[in-house]
This record gives sequence, structure tokens and C-alpha cells, in this order.
Amino acid sequence: MATEIVVDRHPADLLLRSDRLPHIWCPGCGLGSVMSCYTDALMASGIPVERHVCVSGIGCTGRVAGYLSLDSFHTTHGRAIPYALGLKVSNPDLKVAVISGDGDLSSIGGNHLIHAARRNLDLTVICVNNFNYGMTGGQAGPTTPYGATTSTTPDGNVEQPFNLPHLVAAVGAVYVARWTSLHVRQLRDSIRTALLKPGFSFVEVLSPCPVGFGKANDLGDGIDEMRFYRRRSIVDDNANLEDVGLTMSEDEPIVLGNFVNRERTVFSPSVKKWAIEEVLNGQA
Amino acid sequence: MSTIVARRPLDLDQEQFRVPRGQVYIIPHRCKDCQFCIDFCPADVLERSTQLNAKGYHYAVVASGKEDACVNCRFCMLVCPEFAIYSEEAQEVLSADQ
Repeated sequence: MATEIVVDRHPADLLLRSDRLPHIWCPGCGLGSVMSCYTDALMASGIPVERHVCVSGIGCTGRVAGYLSLDSFHTTHGRAIPYALGLKVSNPDLKVAVISGDGDLSSIGGNHLIHAARRNLDLTVICVNNFNYGMTGGQAGPTTPYGATTSTTPDGNVEQPFNLPHLVAAVGAVYVARWTSLHVRQLRDSIRTALLKPGFSFVEVLSPCPVGFGKANDLGDGIDEMRFYRRRSIVDDNANLEDVGLTMSEDEPIVLGNFVNRERTVFSPSVKKWAIEEVLNGQA
Repeated sequence: MSTIVARRPLDLDQEQFRVPRGQVYIIPHRCKDCQFCIDFCPADVLERSTQLNAKGYHYAVVASGKEDACVNCRFCMLVCPEFAIYSEEAQEVLSADQ
């Protein structure tokens, strides 16, 4: 048997603008792993590339759309979901995915997130959570754990963070999962399920940010942060979502899993009165 | 009530069972030396290169003595943030079996 073979093409290059690689993300950043799982899931889902659109907001994660060689939108800050909603309702045949960061989706675009889940718009949202605003210099955001050090909270964050799976499940998402960028097989399968699920599906991915978050909190390099996920993670699909909030404490587990998978009437703005009556009478 | 039965492969009794063999492919100029593939490879196939790529990073290579160790699980391909490594079923082994 031989050693490694040096090549210049990757199987996922079919879906990538490979002329833009290597990408700008820092060494040790988990965003590339998430994009790798997403491209693998998209190929495995059987969804034709010409019927798929990827929408991103602003931030490090927002650059995913720019690296994909398919129909993609890099939108204004926080407005990835409104763009995706417009795409979906004007062309219902499309499968639309939003890949964006925790700050873009839950802070600047927080209301869009909860109302898209409430309406049960047929949309897949992949939220990469790195616990801070990495691109702008590591400021605290709505997912920064209590007590964590960031450039705007040098003495520790005094705010309670969002528990994103609990939030989106409470407002009506039909599929909710959380993985880390280390749990690549589960993440790939989860993204594939989410892409094929009618209704609002939400996958939170915890990702290392060694430069923005890891350095300030003595988590080490990206690889150390990945080991930190392996050490602390447990998988519990039936976890009570109230209890899956994230903390900096080594004693508390990071709960992962496919938490919610249920059916609700999917949003369609052009639905007729008789169809609404069928839903109200429990026939659909 | 319930008994715990340890898992064992179903084909362990058979004379022959085939462990998949993988061939590792790398794209050195994309690697940024994050070491995710090296650290998390379940068969410990990979190590850092002694050479540097154009951007000054040590990329992943197959470790000496591990040339036959890859089982084509494709974990490195999924976890690599740079799209710089993947594995495929080794062709030599396929033809030898046939």
C-alpha cells in the first residue's frame, strides 16, 4: 500500500468555488467542518442543486454562501431569513437553507428567527454558534455563556445567554437538533434530515473560535476546543430542552441530540379557505 | 429484568471478513495545520509533515508504518475545515480480492 497521494481536487469541489480556497477562516475554526458536513448532506439528500438555494447573513459564517458554487445569497445583517422567506414563498419548489452565525440569527435577526419558526416556514436553518462576534473582534453576543470573558466583557459576561434549541422549539420549530463541529457524522445526518423535513428545521452547531473566543477564555487552540467538546458532550435526544443551556462550567455537560422531530401545518401564503378549514377540522 | 449483551461483530465466526482499506488523498496547499484529522483519526493514520506548504503550514501526511491502517471511514474528509483531505476505497485491495 502506498502513502498519501497528492491531488488538487476534492470530491466536494463540485459544490464549491474552489478557486476561492483556501478560505479566510482562521486555522482551528470549525466553520469549514460545518460547510463540509453541509455539502456532504446536500449531496446525500438527493436534492437537485438547481432547486437548492443557500442564504447567509453577515459574519464569519456569512461567508459560507460565497464559497458555494450553487445559487446563494450573502444578505444584509440579520436578514438571511427574510430573504429566504421571499425565495421560498415566490418559488415553493425551491429547497432553501440558511447558514448563519449565532449573532446574525439570534441577535440582529432574532425576531425573524422566532417568527419564521412560529409560521413554520419550510426552511432549514443551520446556526453556527461560536459564542461571540468573531469577525469584529470577539465581542459578547446573545449566546456568550454567563461568566465568559470577551473583549467587551473583560471581567466576565453578566448576561444570561439564549438557549437556542429551547427558544426555537418553544415557538414552533418542527425539527431541532444540536451538534458540535466534532460530531460530523451526526451533524451530516442531522442536516440531511433537516433539508428533507417539511417545515422549519433548526440545527445548532457549536464551533470552536480559537482567535475570538478561545484565547480570551484559555480554551487553547481550535484542536483544544474540539477536545473540550469531546470531553464535555453527552448525547440525549430526550433531554428536557429547558435544561440544555450552555455554561462555561467543566462540571456541566454539553447536551447534544436530535431533540425535536414533529409535524405541524407548513406555512403557505397562497393556501385556500377550504384548505384552512381542513386544518381546523383536523383533516390535514 | 434485562441482560446486557456485549456487542460483537456478526461475522466474527466466519473464516473471512474483509476490513475496508482506504487510500488517503491530500491537497497540501489548502491545509492550515489545525490537526483535526491527525488528532481524531480513529486509526491514528496521520501525522504532521516535515515539509511546509506555500503558506508555511505543516500539512497532514500518512505516518510511517501506517500505510495499511486507513479503513476508509471518511472522518477526516468530514472534519477537515479546509477541504484538504479525503479517502477512497483502495483500488489495489479490491483487485486482489477479486
